[in-house]
Amino acid sequence: MILDSFLVYALLGGIGLAVVAGPLGCFVVWRRMAYFGDSLAHSALLGVALGFLLSIDLTFGIAGTCIVFALAIVGLQEQRRIATDTLLGILSHTALSVGLVALSLMGSMRVDLLGYLFGDILAVTPQDLVTIYIGGALALVVLAAVWRDLLAATVHEELARAEGVAVFRARLVFTLLLAVVVAISMKVMGILLITSMLIIPAAAARRFARTPEGMAVLASTVGILAVALGLSASLRWDTPSGPSVVVAAFSLFLLSLGLAALRERAHISPAPRSADRPGRTGP
Amino acid sequence: MSPDQAPLVAATGICKSFGRREVLHDVAIEVRPGEIVALIGPNGSGKSTLARILLGILAPTTGQVVRRPGLRVGYVPQRLPIDIVLPLPVSRLLTLTAPASREAMIRALEEVGAPDLLDESASSLSGGELQRILLARALLRDSDLLVLDEPTANVDFNGQIDLFELIGRIRGRHGCGVLTISHDLHLVMAATDRVICLNGHVCCEGVPGTVSKHPAYLQIFGPHAATSFAVYTHDHDHEHGLDGAVVPAHGHDHDHDHGHSHSHDHPHGRGGKTARP
Repeated sequence: MILDSFLVYALLGGIGLAVVAGPLGCFVVWRRMAYFGDSLAHSALLGVALGFLLSIDLTFGIAGTCIVFALAIVGLQEQRRIATDTLLGILSHTALSVGLVALSLMGSMRVDLLGYLFGDILAVTPQDLVTIYIGGALALVVLAAVWRDLLAATVHEELARAEGVAVFRARLVFTLLLAVVVAISMKVMGILLITSMLIIPAAAARRFARTPEGMAVLASTVGILAVALGLSASLRWDTPSGPSVVVAAFSLFLLSLGLAALRERAHISPAPRSADRPGRTGP
Repeated sequence: MSPDQAPLVAATGICKSFGRREVLHDVAIEVRPGEIVALIGPNGSGKSTLARILLGILAPTTGQVVRRPGLRVGYVPQRLPIDIVLPLPVSRLLTLTAPASREAMIRALEEVGAPDLLDESASSLSGGELQRILLARALLRDSDLLVLDEPTANVDFNGQIDLFELIGRIRGRHGCGVLTISHDLHLVMAATDRVICLNGHVCCEGVPGTVSKHPAYLQIFGPHAATSFAVYTHDHDHEHGLDGAVVPAHGHDHDHDHGHSHSHDHPHGRGGKTARP
């Protein structure tokens, strides 16, 4: 049986995205930036509107808008006048609404709004694949370059700074990477579901990882599995593809919780760690 | 003055304001190689702010900080909460900002008396264990200057004494300068070459014995502080040797503690009161 080409494109697009989303998603989870990722994704709709208005490639429109949005948030955070979650709440919904208003004002042009909100993985073209893989590879290379600095800044920002880590640069680069990933994954996952691909695989990977790097690789693997499972389900039961991938990812997350619980029961050594260590001879 | 006796870090005329509140006013401080300097002061006296300025984490509003060229700093922050969601073995915590071989890591851990923690998860460490790991990090980095912010904050009393002895031995072996920040007066004093008493400005400065009788010191910490200091040094010399083993911070060695607990609690309470001169 020959797979339909659109299905192959969908699978390749989803896999490319999952590979990039794994390590980046780990940092989103470690740095507690889930809401930030969501807000960034919401601003992407404004990018779509701008892309149409300026008649430029939508990916560039989205990437540009997300980058400006991300820089604005990083800049406003430095002010420390408004709590970050309030700030994100204001900006994210405003960006989403302005995007919707702008799209509606374009009148005659028919825009597939649902496609932007929830993604249309089955409409992925070879050109989209090129965007995903080139953008994704670049993002991974840059992330690898700032990995140590970013991890140090995540563990303890002041410690990192005292030891000469360029903390602000690492944070800025990471924010820009997130913007790029949101832009390239828009077509596949849609505005409302992008964050799930960052967070759910990372969360599922946590229980089985012993190192940060291990968790990143595992998160990518879980993401790939979720894409494959979700697409198969979508094909079989004719369900929307993006949400099917998310549901698959969530199932894997539940499975990871179950497996972790089983494993903990298998290793019956819940005694306090310090008790079996030498040096403690009692009072 | 020989070149290696030049200060590791020297700050002069440091003022720092947050908004309209001036936290530090015209503070001067320096740390030389091989010297243990204790920065003491009540809560809100600007000790941590001053340390952050010396470390280059914060910029002073006015004033100058001169670090010796190529200075390597080992920083032991007051708390290092490691989120359970981040899988971080001790070995990765040790190599957070610079790589190191496994042998070097084991050597550093042995030196701080925690050789079997290398593959433990950092989020499961006790307060005392974490302090040792952070010290091992500083050793691995071959630091010229150790800066410890309230190193005993999450460590029980016996652990505190072990920790200060450890810091003293590290200084002796590596010749690095040490700056500790504390409001635990008596403990600091026993292990220290020079005490700087801070309360927005430098109130007094000198060897522990002198400072503990200084009027400015007594005004801030109360007359009991001087006696509790004396009690501690006595006990310290006779009772508490370190065998290099890990002493869990939650160990319940209460029979050991009793002799100390009075003198220990006093300055704690007083430190909380911000007595502005």
